[in-house]
Amino acid sequence: MAGLPSHEDTPGTDEFIKGLWRDNPVFVQVLGMCPALAVSNTARNALAMGLATLFVLLMSNVVISSLRRFVPREVRIATYILIIATFVTIVDYVIQAISLDLHRALGAFISLIVVNCLILGRAEAFASKNTVGRSALDALGMGLGFTTALLSLGAVREILGGGTLFGLPLFHDAFQPWVVMILPSGGFFTLAGWLLLFNALAERRERRATLAAEALR
Amino acid sequence: MSGDPLWSVFVNACLINNFVLAYFLGICPFLGVSGKLATATRMGGAVTFVMLVSSICAYGINLGLAALDAPYLRLISFIAVIASTVQLVEMFIKKVSPTLFRALGIFLPLITTNCAILGLALFQTNKGYGFAQCIVYALGAGTGFTLALALMAGLREKLELANTPDVVKGTALSLMLAGILSISFMGFAGLGG
Repeated sequence: MAGLPSHEDTPGTDEFIKGLWRDNPVFVQVLGMCPALAVSNTARNALAMGLATLFVLLMSNVVISSLRRFVPREVRIATYILIIATFVTIVDYVIQAISLDLHRALGAFISLIVVNCLILGRAEAFASKNTVGRSALDALGMGLGFTTALLSLGAVREILGGGTLFGLPLFHDAFQPWVVMILPSGGFFTLAGWLLLFNALAERRERRATLAAEALR
Repeated sequence: MSGDPLWSVFVNACLINNFVLAYFLGICPFLGVSGKLATATRMGGAVTFVMLVSSICAYGINLGLAALDAPYLRLISFIAVIASTVQLVEMFIKKVSPTLFRALGIFLPLITTNCAILGLALFQTNKGYGFAQCIVYALGAGTGFTLALALMAGLREKLELANTPDVVKGTALSLMLAGILSISFMGFAGLGG
């Protein structure tokens, strides 16, 4: 992660876009897998988790990048973790106040946002080196990319495993739900499926590029 | 306080609700360090040790915070204790076995952000376990983590030699393996109370 080049010369919109697609945290970088798999059993849980992570990522990126000149190098990781833990505690109490049901469904995984490698990774690789505005854009892009990925996992699992989407029934009564998709193993299989799709797309793009290069010659 | 017998706590943490395969905790080292069997078991040992120490500390912190009536400090104090324990283990391993230190590489400091350890501290608090139960719970979770890591490493060593299509190589294949392992661990659901 430390080897990533900093994009000082690129326009700000690029920081935003890259998290959504090219460097998507879940599908491309394979970061933050634990919450991505654990709470994506329904679309609603996945969306809530994604938004909570987005908030923590945004706030911690902004704070860390505004403090980047004052934090000594030796204790930076500990400082980052404390800042992140503060915002996670806030999110934990806010979700509890909004919906007790949701809080129960997400359980300990809200607190576990602290150890989401995605957030610490962005703090270390981006926010500690870039301006506040850029860090905020980066956090928004990465957070939205994470939310989209979670939502696409959650939607597939809920549709196949329960025949519903956001709690609305989609199929005729005769639909037999694939219970395995809601169980833990379904999380692994769904993510593997999405990764296969992304691998296949990347491979096709590469093949086209080589074909085009040969045609030019 | 929960009154589960100790053996049931152990079997529950180790097999029925395996931290990796049922709770999805510690997926990063599970996918990252499970390439070789020897490294995987040592990593499991290191994680088990950190789990044990941080479980005992978390129990103490809970008592202290309950006395202070400040539950909102729980998360921050847990993570601070875990980070310092990992630092300690890192120095210890570096001194005792430099080879192991090099083999574990970046994944050793990353134990700090291993959700399995913070998860353990949070779950034992939520379940209201007593002191003995906490220790057994940490041992069970560590054993379960080591078991899952070792099984995965064994499978992946075999797969190195297998002829697989290019598209599935890498993470996708590991995830499918993990899914199948997770299904087989569901067979343990009938064990324990």
